[in-house]
Amino acid sequence: MENVNIKINGRDYSVPANSTVLEACRAANIDIPTLCYMKDINEIGACRLCLVEVKGARGPVAACVYPVNEGMEVLTNTPAIRKARKNNLQLVLSNHEKKCLTCIRSTSCELQKLCQEYGVDEDYFEGESNHYDIDDSSVAIIRDNNKCILCRRCVAACKEMQGIGVIGANDRGFDTHIASPFEVKLAETSCINCGQCIVACPVGALYERDDTDKVFDAIADPTKHVAICAAPSVRATIGECFGYEPGTDTEGKMVAGMKALGFDGVYNMNLTADLTIMEEAYEFLDRFQNGGKLPLITSCSPGWIKYCEHYFPEFTDNLSSCKSPQQMFGALYKTFYAQKHGIDPKDIFFVSVIPCTAKKFEVGRDGQCAAGEGIYDVDVAITTRELARMMQTAGIDFKNLGDEKFDEPFELGSGAGAIFGATGGVMEAALRTAAEVVLGKPLEKLEFEDVRGIEGVKKATYKLGDVEVRVAVASGTANAKKLLNSVKSGETQVDFIEIMACPGGCVNGGGQPTQPAVVRNNVDLRSVRAAVLYNADKAMDLRKSHENSAVKALYDEYFEKPNSHKAHEILHTHYVKRGLY
Amino acid sequence: MKKKLTTVMFRGTKAQEEQLIAVIEKYRDTQGAMMPILQEAQEIYGYLPIEVQKIIAARMDVSLEEVYGVASFYSQFSLNPKGEVAIAVCLGTACYVKGAGDIIDRISLKLGGLQAGDTSPDGKYSLEATRCIGACGLAPVLTVNGEVYGRLVKEDVDGILAKYM
Ligand code: SF4
Ligand code: SF4
Ligand code: SF4
Ligand code: FES
Repeated sequence: MENVNIKINGRDYSVPANSTVLEACRAANIDIPTLCYMKDINEIGACRLCLVEVKGARGPVAACVYPVNEGMEVLTNTPAIRKARKNNLQLVLSNHEKKCLTCIRSTSCELQKLCQEYGVDEDYFEGESNHYDIDDSSVAIIRDNNKCILCRRCVAACKEMQGIGVIGANDRGFDTHIASPFEVKLAETSCINCGQCIVACPVGALYERDDTDKVFDAIADPTKHVAICAAPSVRATIGECFGYEPGTDTEGKMVAGMKALGFDGVYNMNLTADLTIMEEAYEFLDRFQNGGKLPLITSCSPGWIKYCEHYFPEFTDNLSSCKSPQQMFGALYKTFYAQKHGIDPKDIFFVSVIPCTAKKFEVGRDGQCAAGEGIYDVDVAITTRELARMMQTAGIDFKNLGDEKFDEPFELGSGAGAIFGATGGVMEAALRTAAEVVLGKPLEKLEFEDVRGIEGVKKATYKLGDVEVRVAVASGTANAKKLLNSVKSGETQVDFIEIMACPGGCVNGGGQPTQPAVVRNNVDLRSVRAAVLYNADKAMDLRKSHENSAVKALYDEYFEKPNSHKAHEILHTHYVKRGLY
Repeated sequence: MKKKLTTVMFRGTKAQEEQLIAVIEKYRDTQGAMMPILQEAQEIYGYLPIEVQKIIAARMDVSLEEVYGVASFYSQFSLNPKGEVAIAVCLGTACYVKGAGDIIDRISLKLGGLQAGDTSPDGKYSLEATRCIGACGLAPVLTVNGEVYGRLVKEDVDGILAKYM
């Protein structure tokens, strides 16, 4: 691609000819404020916050959609531009419920930050404002349209990124609002609870159902035994809530913070990731060698599961019957651990911390009560953001915490368990185990490079001894749709598929810390965060699920062997077929 | 304006559905197919209920919201069927100034609280507030199934409605 020469604020730059003014400015380290723009998926020029002056243009132009050309002269910071941006912010505020004091996004709100920077007058335009009821029908996703600024980033995330489109702009003019078709509540639609709309939202109009009070109450209840376990990717992201750069591993501080909150046990979900691999790798080999239903498709992403049930019900028999690592942990805890320690499972309150809003739906699914009817494996699933909020509320000084370790006997996870949090990680972990089972000897190389990386759909063929296993990996449900359609048409023939609902996998889950547009548009969070997990894997001696001594002990003491009758009762589940809305 | 949703039962026929499917097939591969499809669907059914929009979404392989977003945006599309007795009250400036608001209130009172934009659940009555219909000399004006009644005072409403009951 050729370059063109342009001037920005009087200085010369050479930028790729296909850039927008916004991209050119970014390359020159000048940030232009944006609200509606999201790279590749929402380039609609609606909010007009990104106004700049271009010499020769009739008025200010929207930098996010305006292409550069040779000799162009751009001014980004004139009094007229600052005034125009300020005016547009004031217009946005005229129909915005300004309740910053208690807003869930206060201090991480893009609108609040811009208003502060531009010194706007909140009440400059006083007039009629809409009032909307909060949609809290969903167990995972709450919508407060009184805070919505109609940037449509959530709509783009749902439709373009996820290929779902259960939300959109309804009605017109002053009545325009984001909702679902025929104004049904979100819980009645085929929303998969992925939360990608939440992390796309610049303001406090979308957020997860907050379950932190339930957890605080349980901790304060002396009759309850309260345990918590942290999913593989949370340690790679929670630091962001406390000012660390994306891509900082804060496992030790995270554990210390959880302990400071007063849980009776603080555990590592990487262990049940390993347990999942044992169950799933053996399930795969069984189906592969004995003519079972193929391709086998992974089942650890509850957003993907619900997607499959709504949009591809013909594939529900292909799903692995394994519960997700979160559910396996709770199930294990309320059966094996409870029996061993003489605790009534009814007195256990089990919490998981996950990067995912869909897991709030998963905890209440059918077939997730291993210890008896009505005794849910997991009582409450909280997101990375909620755990960070709990620590903030409890006055825990995260940055200055020392490193601590998970509690025994569930402290140990392998490198294979660690990479679960990135797209391709589950496939790689399963292959490490399946290959060694088939070969009967250790692999020379543990890395399965072809299934790594942020590509939406990845395919590879591996030789395990004298058999070939064809695998595919997809992340983001729009990519899953592409892959499944090509499997359906026969164009793609595979034996084993990994699907994660969120693009890039759990590291980019809908429950992860929000990052403003300026970060999301310029940093690839998927790879930066995934690097933490791959580095952790590389640094470990224990890199295979089947070599995890804690997992081996579980089979010796309790489950006997993978896919045993007992394992099926406790660690496996079933699915339903759902309609579309 | 916020569009009113219907409470009237869907009474689409097999023949209508076949017509609709033919329309979708006709436009399927054209750019911006949604507008002409919705227009013709409305001609077939008289309005665009969820049953119809679902067929369009499924056949076009788009989400229902994508159809609904367009249907609720343009004022030419109606989500409510016209009643057997379709009442339209002009709310143009002249009629408004001469008390069209009172007329609407009176109709609403007589028809169990029916609001502008509504169709009664049994499909019998619909009430619409229209823009100027060009009969300002007769203001305030209403029409019932196309028949015009002018120079109204609110007391006239009862007699007019009685004719259609
Ligand atoms: S959305 Fe932002 S500006 Fe609005 S109340 Fe919340 S923090 Fe304040
Ligand atoms: S949670 Fe996912 S599926 Fe549901 S509305 Fe948000 S983006 Fe769409
Ligand atoms: S809910 Fe948030 S992301 Fe969606 S349109 Fe409103 S402000 Fe934008
Ligand atoms: S118009 Fe450019 S960011 Fe919204």
